Amino acid sequence: MSAESPTLTRKDFVSDQDVRWCPGCGDYSILAQVQKVMPELGVPRENVVFVSGIGCSSRFPYYMNTYGFHTIHGRAPAIATGLKITRPELSVWVVTGDGDGLSIGGNHLIHILRRNVDVNILLFNNRIYGLTKGQYSPTSEQGKVTKSSPVGSIDAPFNPISIALGADATFVARSIDVEAKHLQTTIKQAFEHKGTSFVEILQNCNIFNDGAWASVTDRDTKENSQLQLEHGKPMVFGRNRNLGLRLRGLEIEVAEIGQDGVTESDLIVHDQTNARLGHFLAALQPPKFPVPLGVFRTTHRPTYEELSAAQVASAKAKLGNGEIDELLNRGDTWTVEA
Amino acid sequence: MAVPPIEPAFIAENHADSAKTKPVEVRESVVIRFAGDSGDGMQVVGMQFTNESALAGNDLSTLPDFPAEIRAPAGTLAGVSGYQLNFSSAEVFTPGDELDLLVAMNPAALRVNLGDLKDNGILIVDREAFTDQNLKKAGYTSHPLLDGTLAGYQLFELDLTKLTIETLKDTDLPARAVVRCKNFFALGLVSWLFHRPTESAENWIKERFKKRPELADANIRVLRAGFNFGDTAELFAHSYEVRPAKIAPGRYRNITGNAALAIGFVAAARQAGLPLFLGSYPITPASDILHDLSALKNFDVLAFQAEDEIAGVGAALGAAFGGAIGITSTSGPGMCLKAETINLAVSVELPIVIANIQRGGPSTGLPTKTEQADLLMSLYGRNSDSPVPIIAPQTPADCFAAAFEAVKIAVRYMTPVIVLSDGYLANGAEPWAIPAARDLDRLDVKFRTDPEGYFPYLRDEATLARPWVKPGTPGLEHRIGGLEKDYATGNISYSSLNHEQMVLVRAKKIAGIAADIPPTQVFGPTRGDMVVVGWGSTFGSIRAAVSAAQADGKSVSHVHLRYLNPLPSDLGNVLKCFRRVLVPEMNLGQLVKVLRAEYLIDAIGMNKVQGLPFKVREITNRIDSMLQE
Repeated sequence: MSAESPTLTRKDFVSDQDVRWCPGCGDYSILAQVQKVMPELGVPRENVVFVSGIGCSSRFPYYMNTYGFHTIHGRAPAIATGLKITRPELSVWVVTGDGDGLSIGGNHLIHILRRNVDVNILLFNNRIYGLTKGQYSPTSEQGKVTKSSPVGSIDAPFNPISIALGADATFVARSIDVEAKHLQTTIKQAFEHKGTSFVEILQNCNIFNDGAWASVTDRDTKENSQLQLEHGKPMVFGRNRNLGLRLRGLEIEVAEIGQDGVTESDLIVHDQTNARLGHFLAALQPPKFPVPLGVFRTTHRPTYEELSAAQVASAKAKLGNGEIDELLNRGDTWTVEA
Repeated sequence: MAVPPIEPAFIAENHADSAKTKPVEVRESVVIRFAGDSGDGMQVVGMQFTNESALAGNDLSTLPDFPAEIRAPAGTLAGVSGYQLNFSSAEVFTPGDELDLLVAMNPAALRVNLGDLKDNGILIVDREAFTDQNLKKAGYTSHPLLDGTLAGYQLFELDLTKLTIETLKDTDLPARAVVRCKNFFALGLVSWLFHRPTESAENWIKERFKKRPELADANIRVLRAGFNFGDTAELFAHSYEVRPAKIAPGRYRNITGNAALAIGFVAAARQAGLPLFLGSYPITPASDILHDLSALKNFDVLAFQAEDEIAGVGAALGAAFGGAIGITSTSGPGMCLKAETINLAVSVELPIVIANIQRGGPSTGLPTKTEQADLLMSLYGRNSDSPVPIIAPQTPADCFAAAFEAVKIAVRYMTPVIVLSDGYLANGAEPWAIPAARDLDRLDVKFRTDPEGYFPYLRDEATLARPWVKPGTPGLEHRIGGLEKDYATGNISYSSLNHEQMVLVRAKKIAGIAADIPPTQVFGPTRGDMVVVGWGSTFGSIRAAVSAAQADGKSVSHVHLRYLNPLPSDLGNVLKCFRRVLVPEMNLGQLVKVLRAEYLIDAIGMNKVQGLPFKVREITNRIDSMLQE
């Protein structure tokens, strides 16, 4: 925030529109955490743009008192790319879902990630199509019974984190709708990262897929099923902080500290700059493994818009500012006299 | 006139302008075609001869015709690539119906193109390419150079390969590289035949082979050898001269439709004082627009090669939301994919321009061949009532003005605009009177910054356009989207009456653009027996045919539509002053449907979908037969 700007509060980011998600939807919490974090980011409100596709999550921009563009199904990354290339000074956010971002818009998602456009992508993953009233999504588990899969889905699901890492995303993280603090921290980290930030937010759809992430969110089970990733820290989890992950050959396994002589020093230390480790962690699935939360991987390479602007600057340095008359008169010309 | 009858030749010995040692025959117009294998360099030779002719002061029109395959099997009919040029001392409207001269580099090229050569036309062939194998590939069962097939033509058989090897016998170049120079021997020879200085071609060769000076040198030597061969060999009894055309004074360059579109967009963005953003995906025959704009970074052009057609137009719309001139370029299959985003642009009322370089369809169709069958798709090919202005350039050079005007309408009315060019305009070339930048319109773009009384869809009373607001403007934070919005506040609204009001106002806004469209221009009398109505690239053929009919004293006029949506407001009354209305189109009748529906007139279609433009004669014949009905 510039020195002369008045201090913004959460309320400054709340639009005058009634929020129309179903009561109990996980999206409410995500909206609240984003609105809470926004004043802390130091960006004038007018420089913030939320771009979304289609789906429940994609109504998000209407509820933010910033600039917003509710576009078409799956295309938000493409539209955000054009915006960010031409207006690099804006803070551009994409809000998408598992259907919008991974099914109809899967192509645009992987391409914005590989290009490393400095856009923050929040993918709400509730493993269901909610707005169309309950069909299986590309993250639904195999065998899931929905309106369009009455005897169980035969689709193998996508793993959003693996896809992002596979597209060489420079910031990949996971959080949960109901973990307010963790979500706020993750959103801030995503904002601070220069380059595309990809955040999968595990989100509950209490109407069409209630308990989508129950094992990770239920009070009774969550401590044994969540692994908080912290850079430089050993991978310890569990209610009694006695479980951890260690490497056996090329496999990760759960080990119990104190059993068979296992100590904390035997556990894997998280290194968020290690892409290969990120891939290992992305593959961990319950119930055999805890669900990793936090930053899987972060790295730095030039953003697309920086490279694009550099080419323009270099062309101008070499050739000068383009003159239209020179452009029109290129090639062989001749003059017809009166 | 496009292809006037050849004037009775007059032989001028020792013509003053030329050091030629042979007599010279003056002709008003000549149509030539270079044809060979797609690897023979026929497009290059055609373009260089075009440049030479333009620099010599001729009016001209070109028709490149090449296969979709980059290198179809050598020697086959499928691999034949041709480049046709009509150059004249009179005004030229088309690339010409029939050929005065055909260069055929192999039997396949002969077989594909011979039917277009006039009786007694000049035929130059590379005799060495007429091997048994090549004859077989071309489907000849007897040898056309020997069996009398070519008796009706002036046949010149050359050993192009041998002559090229002979010219370069003292170089160290590999034999393959030597033989590849032979297209320039043909260019040199034809340049001599028509008194064309080869300097521009030599400059092109130097630039093209900048990093391989030995190849530049070899090609230039072969080019000159071809030229000298014409002069010294006992082959041609005389050469030909096509004198400069009477062209309006000014500075000219030769330009293709795609090149003109590209710089038209750049000029428009500059006149608006805004950056130009192109989001595009490679597709024939539109890719040259992406190539050209990618090389203009110092003009504040951001050319983005997207992951697909959808992302190309999506990124353009994102750029427009940010306050840039957002454009996208494509062809038919890409238009199908862009429809949803164009519809979003209609709904959120943001300015983008979609350049559709039409090609033969449906589906992949004929990627390198021309057609104008995307009119109805452009008018109606989106869900719901979704009006979009459409502009169609008429000639290659006119693409500049069409691009410029499309941007102008887009930003003035806050709407997507479709430019309908086609493969013929895209690759065809003609001389262009270069405008001065200072004479171009200024595009007065105002971004709203005043928060007082602001609503996103509050409309300008005159144009019904909503205000353009750049993100980053304090106090004007707002949300737009594809859901229906309230007429007054712009908030989401599902109210039925409000929806109808919004559909109506969107339609009214686009219809209102007619106020900016000049009155219909009628070429010829404003009432009479017949009017021929066309749009887009059929301009040249129709104008030439109508001119010829008028010269014969027939009551025929020509109306060519540049604005397909909205149509000029006087069009119905103009057309009703003619007894018959003929609508030639390179589709099965699209404009004719619109005219019949809009004006309840008995317009008759004339349709050709062969991937090639109309011949003048085809339209002339139809005019004659209709007048007799």
